[in-house]
Amino acid sequence: MIDTSSMAKTERGASFWQDAWHRLWKNKLAIFGLAVVTILAVLSFASPLICRYIIGFSYDQQNLALGPVAPNHTHWLGTDPLGRDLLARLLYGGRVSLMVGLCATVVSLTIGVIYGAIAGFIGGKLDMFMMRAVDILYALPFTIFVILLMVFFGQNIILLFVAIGAVQWLTMARIVRGQVMAVKRQEFVEAAHALGLRRTRIIFRHIVPNLLGPIIVYATLTVPEVILLESFLSFLGLGVQPPHSSWGVLIKEGAEVMEEYPWLLMYPGVMMALTLFSLNFLGDGLRDALDVRGSKD
Amino acid sequence: MFRYITRRFLETIPVLWIIATVTFFMMRLAPGGPFDAEKQISPEVRARMEAHYGLDKPLFEQYLTQMKHLLHGDLGPSFKYPGRTVNEIIADAFPVSLELGFEALAVALVFGLAAGMVASLKQNSAWDHVPMSLAMAGLCVPTFVMGPLLISAFALHLDWFNAAGWYFPRDRVLPALTLGAYYAAYIARLARGGLLEILNQDFIRTARAKGASMRRILFKHALRGGILPVISFLGPAVAGLLTGSFVVETIFGVPGLGRYFVTAAFNRDYFMVMGSVLFYAGFVVALNLAVDVLLVWMNPKLRFE
Repeated sequence: MIDTSSMAKTERGASFWQDAWHRLWKNKLAIFGLAVVTILAVLSFASPLICRYIIGFSYDQQNLALGPVAPNHTHWLGTDPLGRDLLARLLYGGRVSLMVGLCATVVSLTIGVIYGAIAGFIGGKLDMFMMRAVDILYALPFTIFVILLMVFFGQNIILLFVAIGAVQWLTMARIVRGQVMAVKRQEFVEAAHALGLRRTRIIFRHIVPNLLGPIIVYATLTVPEVILLESFLSFLGLGVQPPHSSWGVLIKEGAEVMEEYPWLLMYPGVMMALTLFSLNFLGDGLRDALDVRGSKD
Repeated sequence: MFRYITRRFLETIPVLWIIATVTFFMMRLAPGGPFDAEKQISPEVRARMEAHYGLDKPLFEQYLTQMKHLLHGDLGPSFKYPGRTVNEIIADAFPVSLELGFEALAVALVFGLAAGMVASLKQNSAWDHVPMSLAMAGLCVPTFVMGPLLISAFALHLDWFNAAGWYFPRDRVLPALTLGAYYAAYIARLARGGLLEILNQDFIRTARAKGASMRRILFKHALRGGILPVISFLGPAVAGLLTGSFVVETIFGVPGLGRYFVTAAFNRDYFMVMGSVLFYAGFVVALNLAVDVLLVWMNPKLRFE
């Protein structure tokens, strides 16, 4: 791990994270992904400002007299049948999609890490029981329950985060459990025990930080899955409600009129595919850089 | 082996019961009722309809009645399609979804395995990079973008297929491709990874040293172990194909169960929702069991556990 020649030069060993960053930097596709995701995130989150000062149209500003026009100088990406500017809607929709992606991933991460860490650390009967439960849950068509939840309890965006997060935590729990089982036999955990620390403290202060690698990698790979699920729901009319937009909503609207106004499907589709591409490449690159194996199931 | 199957089978009973209970109470606690969408019905008519379907009784009594009916395999009547039972609707619509699902699975397996095999044999060549980039694209283009794109290219511009409908054999092509693409991509990546791991092992080197042909090495030695990740993916894949078909059925106007399920949920068609959820869950659980048995059978290492 530690390269002695570089130690002589810098008089300091590169930390694990510096090492990982070097490896990631060499992976051009992953860096490309990182760049695209960063740019999209900045543009999306600054979308209210951009809409106001650069584009000049807001995402819900209708112009029925104008109707759908192809991309031109005023409307760079054209407008939809209600005369709304597609670029503004795309940026605003990106904000919603990325937010759902992030928040739902955080929800699934929290559940998965706590569940997996407890099962892995305590072990024995409890572990067996908890993991059987995960196995059984794995076998269920969960999307159906998300659909039911969204239909029955209204299209509430917080509910959307929670519902999606609650579906996605299973793999995280499995990964964390496996890693915890490997880490918990190491000396520093024994030392923590010897110091008389409480178990919750040992799990969350001493063991979990050692799992950051796999957790980061898997989280990066969960975000695109969540974005996909959100747009799937929006496509069925269950996700984000008009006049708000998300990429799923835009793709749905675009698909309905793709014959007459193909740009309305093309740009959101490309944007979404590009984001998913970037996140997947970034996730793969991080997996290599952080040397995480077997994190995909 | 027999004991394993029996145990797994017995486990599904409480699982299905929990699903039924959760679905029941989730539906009933949700605002809205099955007759809200009907145009202007008088309170008396509504009361009579609710009495007819037993919806006026206390909730817990309704729950017990429905559980009893479910135990007898009676899924109840549909509110939305009066005069038809849920059993009949499922019997009509599910074969369509099933056919679409299996055609998509066939697409996924044929393309995915072929791409994975080629890529693993010619690692780091164009034969590896091109299929794997395509696979990445397949993972990133969602079905609801792929479907409309395929329609506009092959149905509207080239006029090879119908844009929607489910009447002729060739109507199956575009929906199956749309639905199968994502899984083909996933399988390609899994197969490549699994095969590469096996191809680097000593026994393959031995086989090669003994002069076995590449074809023999691949099909006789490597495939059985290398394909295991693909087999364990089949369970989740089938579940995904079933739910994924909701979107594909909507796009291509396929009269499958997915569309019935989504509309039933919107219409608060209680028995229809319960029936399709249980049916889906039972089907997926059964398939997962089958996949696990297949895995144990194909991987001798697991038999000792």
